[in-house]
Amino acid sequence: MAVNHGSEQSIQKMIFEKKQQKNKRWNVEKIIPFLLLITAAISVLTTVGIVLTLVFETFTFFERVSIIEFFTADKWYPFSATAASYGIMPLIVGTLKIAFIAALVAVPIGLASAIYLSEYASEKARRIIKPLLEILAGVPTIVYGFFALTFVTPLLRDLFPGLEIFNALSPGIVVGIMIIPMIASLSEDAMSSVPRSIREGAYAMGATKFETAIKVILPAALSGIIASVVLALSRAIGETMIVSVAGGSTPSMNMDVTSSIQTMTSYIVQVSTGDAGFGTTIYYSIYAVGMTLFVFTLLMNILAQFISRKFREEY
Amino acid sequence: MNAVLTKEKQQDSHGRNESLTQKEKVYETKGLNLWYGETQALKNINLDIYQNEVTAIIGPSGCGKSTYIKTLNRMSELVPSVRTSGTIAYRGRNILDKSYKAEDLRTQVGMVFQKPNPFPKSIYENVAYGPKIHGIKNKKLLNEIVEKSLRGAAIWDEVKDRLHENAYGLSGGQQQRLCIARCLAIEPDVILMDEPTSALDPISTLKVEELVQELKKDFSIIIVTHNMQQAARISDRTAFFLNGEVIEFDETNTIFSKPNDQRTEDYITGRFG
Repeated sequence: MAVNHGSEQSIQKMIFEKKQQKNKRWNVEKIIPFLLLITAAISVLTTVGIVLTLVFETFTFFERVSIIEFFTADKWYPFSATAASYGIMPLIVGTLKIAFIAALVAVPIGLASAIYLSEYASEKARRIIKPLLEILAGVPTIVYGFFALTFVTPLLRDLFPGLEIFNALSPGIVVGIMIIPMIASLSEDAMSSVPRSIREGAYAMGATKFETAIKVILPAALSGIIASVVLALSRAIGETMIVSVAGGSTPSMNMDVTSSIQTMTSYIVQVSTGDAGFGTTIYYSIYAVGMTLFVFTLLMNILAQFISRKFREEY
Repeated sequence: MNAVLTKEKQQDSHGRNESLTQKEKVYETKGLNLWYGETQALKNINLDIYQNEVTAIIGPSGCGKSTYIKTLNRMSELVPSVRTSGTIAYRGRNILDKSYKAEDLRTQVGMVFQKPNPFPKSIYENVAYGPKIHGIKNKKLLNEIVEKSLRGAAIWDEVKDRLHENAYGLSGGQQQRLCIARCLAIEPDVILMDEPTSALDPISTLKVEELVQELKKDFSIIIVTHNMQQAARISDRTAFFLNGEVIEFDETNTIFSKPNDQRTEDYITGRFG
């Protein structure tokens, strides 16, 4: 100890000297929070900017087309030279059709995968399957779009000969496939974070694995599961490429899933890639449609937060 | 509690305690070995558990006492690398036999854990859970079961006005008695308790101990405990575990007054552990 004492002192001295050198330079510790604040502000300000642009351009649109017509008219014919009609309902119906079909595909499969991964799979199986699922989440959506158009649609047409080339069913299913990993992965996280002691409590009552998973773990993880489903549905509603490629561009109000549709997103794509001139009503209409889409996903997220807070189980 | 001890002393003064030894055996463990991977956690355990008794299992940390109690309802097999040999007969049937369904066993043998582990549900739903998964759906019957179980676990008066509030609002001691109530709701034959009071304050501990005394009239209870005074206070028989072996198993009075093995004496007098 006595021998070390000398060297300890000198290390203290060295640290002291280094510190003084640092202090001489400008005080990094004080500047870093400001730098970080600026980077955080960039994303916040960008969001604010986007929303403001949307709002202003939407107002311009509503100076030309009445807001009542926009929400009540049942026809979306912006390109008609003689009888242009801007009723967003057909686009909303198209969007909801896709979201609904996607949910029908993704919720059961995603939840079943989550239950398998969190309650049944061995550590080894989980280590293989989870990354595979996440690869599925990394496939570019344009690839999914062509998968829908060139693989799923022909397959479905073999089964249902009445199916049109562009329809709601095929892109709906593929959007569902796209969001499975999201539901599976987030729900698995929620279920895995239910403490082991709660599982043991259920097993010790004579509950089987399945009873434990369905009646104890699922309700206990409900807030996380709802959040994952809503997030995934937000993605389905906002999904663009798959529906643009495989869904067609016929706005329609009917409940038929075998015929061509148009969603809010695919309308925006159609106008953006077409040659609608700047300043035309059609040009402004994409902002109004974008605004509606934005409000949709915003409401869904608020709803999700409300539900998950209400059902929150604490342990 | 003193009454219990004096009663046993009186019985002892008549020589061997015959009423204890004639009781029916619930569990007969013969030559039980258990490995976690390559590590042997239980070595040649031979132990009998008797009906309507409290059997205490004591021993220092890592001696295998929790592992043993978990083999009695086969919770031990939830660890993937576990292997066992030997037999544990429950009511005459070997539960280590693969044809014995763990779910059937656990419907007969309830368990209370070290840390209270109520489900994140209401108090009512916690107790009704067991009967429900086993197919009882009649509302009136469920209400009766819930009240009876909560009374049985001496917590009814504290919770009767808030049955539909979340169980996590209860104190630790109340949660543990709720877990006991949850266990009683399926009317098991045996109740396993794995250090049920180690996370509780002294007053809650006392309540649980009194409860155990009450419950042994209807159930056979096996309790793992770190607390030797607790074993002495509430149990009829005590098994002393050390390094995965049963060093001594006898009536509690004998273990604590004239143990046969030096190691038992060293442990109960606090020389190690």
